[in-house]
Amino acid sequence: MTATLYVPRDSGALSLGAERVARAIAQEAARRKIDVAVVRNGSRGLYWLEPMVEAATARGRVAYGPVRPEAVPALFDAGFVEGHPHPLCLGPTEEIPYLKSQERLTFARVGVVDPISLDDYIAHGGYEGLQRAAAMSAAQIVEEVVESGLRGRGGAGFPCGIKLRTAMLTGSDQKYVVCNADEGDSGTFADRMIMEGDPFVLIEGMTIAAICAGATQGYIYLRSEYPHAARTLAEAIAAARARGYLGANVLATGKHFELEVRVGAGSYICGEETAMLESLEGRRGMVRYKPPVPAISGLFGKPTVINNVLTLASMPIILTQGGAFYKNYGVGRSRGTQPIQLAGNVRRPGLIEKAFGVTLRDIVYEYGGGTASGRPVRAVQVGGPLGAYFPESMLDVALDYEELAARNGLLGHGGVVVFDDTVNMAEMARYAMEFCAQESCGKCTPCRIGSTRGVEVIDRIIARQDQSGNLALLRDLCDTMTNASLCALGGLTPLPVLSALKYFPRDFGLGDDAVSGLH
Amino acid sequence: MSTPNGWDKSAVSAIALELKDQPGALLLILRRLQDEIGYIPEQSVPVIADVLNLTRAEVHGVVTFYHDFRHHPPGRHVIRLCRAESCQAMGAVALARHIKGRLGIDFGQTTADGKFTLDPVYCLGNCACSPAMTVDDEIYGRVSAESFDGALASLEGRRQ
Repeated sequence: MTATLYVPRDSGALSLGAERVARAIAQEAARRKIDVAVVRNGSRGLYWLEPMVEAATARGRVAYGPVRPEAVPALFDAGFVEGHPHPLCLGPTEEIPYLKSQERLTFARVGVVDPISLDDYIAHGGYEGLQRAAAMSAAQIVEEVVESGLRGRGGAGFPCGIKLRTAMLTGSDQKYVVCNADEGDSGTFADRMIMEGDPFVLIEGMTIAAICAGATQGYIYLRSEYPHAARTLAEAIAAARARGYLGANVLATGKHFELEVRVGAGSYICGEETAMLESLEGRRGMVRYKPPVPAISGLFGKPTVINNVLTLASMPIILTQGGAFYKNYGVGRSRGTQPIQLAGNVRRPGLIEKAFGVTLRDIVYEYGGGTASGRPVRAVQVGGPLGAYFPESMLDVALDYEELAARNGLLGHGGVVVFDDTVNMAEMARYAMEFCAQESCGKCTPCRIGSTRGVEVIDRIIARQDQSGNLALLRDLCDTMTNASLCALGGLTPLPVLSALKYFPRDFGLGDDAVSGLH
Repeated sequence: MSTPNGWDKSAVSAIALELKDQPGALLLILRRLQDEIGYIPEQSVPVIADVLNLTRAEVHGVVTFYHDFRHHPPGRHVIRLCRAESCQAMGAVALARHIKGRLGIDFGQTTADGKFTLDPVYCLGNCACSPAMTVDDEIYGRVSAESFDGALASLEGRRQ
């Protein structure tokens, strides 16, 4: 009988040697004449345990990790193929507390299935959502999504159902669905995990959006930093097309939907939806004025449904289980689940999908186990490079859209980056301005010029030159950037800058007078 | 498809002609040139402009907008080190100092022997294994000064 072992092909696992582990397992199995099939799955998201190898046993999957290639012979000696004990054994995968306590809806199959096996996808409930959607009217699909309360997971949090309805109701000879897979926010990797670990869920979500809106062409705008995701998506799209899940007659509904991956060219601003459209059209990624919104006039001037990977990947479960099922997770106006990406200086970094409402403290300590360095947590940045820095004393904030907004922060794409007490927050504030200057598309002055001036002003404050004058200047500059920038890059860069200044003024070299003036 | 100076007009025009009818063709063409030649030769700009019926300025504008598009051939190996927040929280600043010292170059530069190019990158999506870098197509996580030196030694040992 063939035994099955799982070794992730996720790029995080690969970065820690998963490929060498897979090779070592194949060699050792051959040497021992043991019949082993190695499935290259996605990552479960327990990155401190990667490369994590799983054995399929009669009592379910058993995990081992982190596995070094050198440990493979000993694992075979211990009988890990049958799930027997070994110092690296973590027990049944599903019982690992980090995983067991999660509410995995969007990530239900990531790390579980073979990402490029359509049969495996279907065996795990895949394409049930599309089957249901195919039997519904477009208006009914919209209602299901509206009911779910799903909001854009890319960062803006706009209600997904409203976008879908707008595109559906706008008449046109051509419509598009575009997936924003330009996951440029540092500290985030959930889109990558979906695309590498369960690409069919994204393809299915886009297909549902397409048949609802009446779109016949889809594009996945993928950042060039994700070559592994590009390969996995290409394989999955080919498999879906070969079996009639994409193409001229999707599921024999008479609906036509083609899907293509377009790889970007290293520009952060192309994650802004209108800059992304410009880039897809083959131009400089310059932000467009809105209105018109893309759902009315988007790609090539046609109605376009644009959503982030996580948003589209949540559509299948909403259509399978119903909007009410999804809505039952979460709090207030933040419905459903949020895949939180925990990174930075933390002992147990990884992917944590939970219903909205979990506190930052639980994420950092209960899941993360505090800092990797063992030093005290000093600051936590939530929401990527445009998100606010919170001091340790504010970690009781719940991770939902409104709670974070009330504290001048944002959820963004759900990234959480932890810093220990060796961080210099003035340098982080300076870096935020520097990053904005580096990535600004240059269309609007507050962002293009303001970011460079911001670096200079912060440098002067740090150098203790006319601190009160320069502080006033920095506030004024941030005010201009916040209120007069065309898009979120210039508009939100002041969040990390001002939060660093507010909570960590001493790092800027400010004296008592200046600090008391801040509050 | 590279000639001694890396520039082959017929190859560039073949790519441009093959892709010209695709929606948003310019980025596809540039992406392909970058992937196949390793940079966008300046002489290819008028060729592409001609095929797409664009001005040279328009093509030049797109080439210079995107960080991925190089204007000169890179070294034999391209090292991209992440400079973003999560990697900084795990010591990427000190690691960058070490790597620059080791190679004797700054970000954006190529070693005098043409072996290595060092580029900054702002997130590889490997934040849970910070600090991260790539060397050519290979991704590395939890990079330390020692593991970098090890990776470098194995590259230098390889015949290229």
